[in-house]
Amino acid sequence: MKNLSNTLRYILVSSLLAACAVTQAPTTAKAASQATAPATAKAKVKAKAKVKVKAKAKAKAKAATHVRSAIAGSAANPFNRLLKPQGKRHLPPAEDGIHDPTDPAIHTLQSPRQAFKGLPPDNAGNQVDWVKALDEGKIKPRYDRNNPKAKPIVMDLNIVREVKGSMPNVVYPHKPHTQWLDCSNCHPAIFIPKKGANQISMAAILLGKKCGVCHGKVAFPVSECRRCHSQNKKIKAKKVAQP
Amino acid sequence: MSPLIRFALLRWRLLTGSLILAAVLIGTPPPAMAEYGDIVINNYSDAAGMRPAVFPHWFHRIRFRCKVCHADLGFKFKAGGDHINMLKIIDGEYCGACHNGNIAWSVENCDLCHSGKPGTPTQVHESTLQQLVTPPPKTAPAKK
Repeated sequence: MKNLSNTLRYILVSSLLAACAVTQAPTTAKAASQATAPATAKAKVKAKAKVKVKAKAKAKAKAATHVRSAIAGSAANPFNRLLKPQGKRHLPPAEDGIHDPTDPAIHTLQSPRQAFKGLPPDNAGNQVDWVKALDEGKIKPRYDRNNPKAKPIVMDLNIVREVKGSMPNVVYPHKPHTQWLDCSNCHPAIFIPKKGANQISMAAILLGKKCGVCHGKVAFPVSECRRCHSQNKKIKAKKVAQP
Repeated sequence: MSPLIRFALLRWRLLTGSLILAAVLIGTPPPAMAEYGDIVINNYSDAAGMRPAVFPHWFHRIRFRCKVCHADLGFKFKAGGDHINMLKIIDGEYCGACHNGNIAWSVENCDLCHSGKPGTPTQVHESTLQQLVTPPPKTAPAKK
């Protein structure tokens, strides 16, 4: 009976050791050398038993700390588990979670943190105000891939869209859009260039249609309500019933 | 079965259970912290035993306006929507219009583009649909 439970214990210890292979590797090596050192068979058995008990205790402690640290550092109970932690933004490609850290060229790729240094900050998206960066000349993106001197065709025309309820009206500025894009990017496939011809809803935008083709993917996200809904309405005060 | 064996078995089961739990807790990968607008394209890569390609929008928009790729080169506004393959690229289409050793580094630098974690699906990282806490219904009103 004792033999059986001892075997089980041994299997358990070895599996625990395997689970913590990286940190436990030196211990197992030590255990092996310690176990083989004594000359007599009796001493060997004794040493083995000792090591086993030691290793078991160590492994148990290790597993316990692992579990504890896993809970503390995992997504279980942080301040807000649905948001990106503040300090973990603009990580280098090797740590960003979508790049493969074992890729041999991974450290050749630029880190966004380095690239964004000196660019005007923002609250959403890349945390960079790209339109401001362009206006201030902090970045000089080409308008033509071969000709660095090509100038964009900029159109300065605001379109006001009246929206439902108390939500401020949308003012769509052509200017920043034409600084980045060509007319053909939006017209006529996404927006028919005719007043009243386009039905736009927030539901469609959230699903990546209309404005959502870019906003919510690369251009500032839809969390920035007031950048589009920027024209306040005069809201009539409701008459309060007199007693 | 003798009670001793039963006791040993119970202990064994409890311990293996806690071991598995610990492994799950330790092994859960953290959420990706990649940049807003990073694109993963995995139309053919995984099946071909290659890492998926990662396209960082932030890097490219510092150097080019949207118009260059999305109007001049014909990139659709959809991740994976162009079904780009290496033939198109070496023929100078899509990425190959610049990644030709002339404007940007050439195609022999496989690992610079094909740098994604194997198995990562085609996506726009941190897009609105990814940010929604509850995924939208599959039968969405899909009108452009």
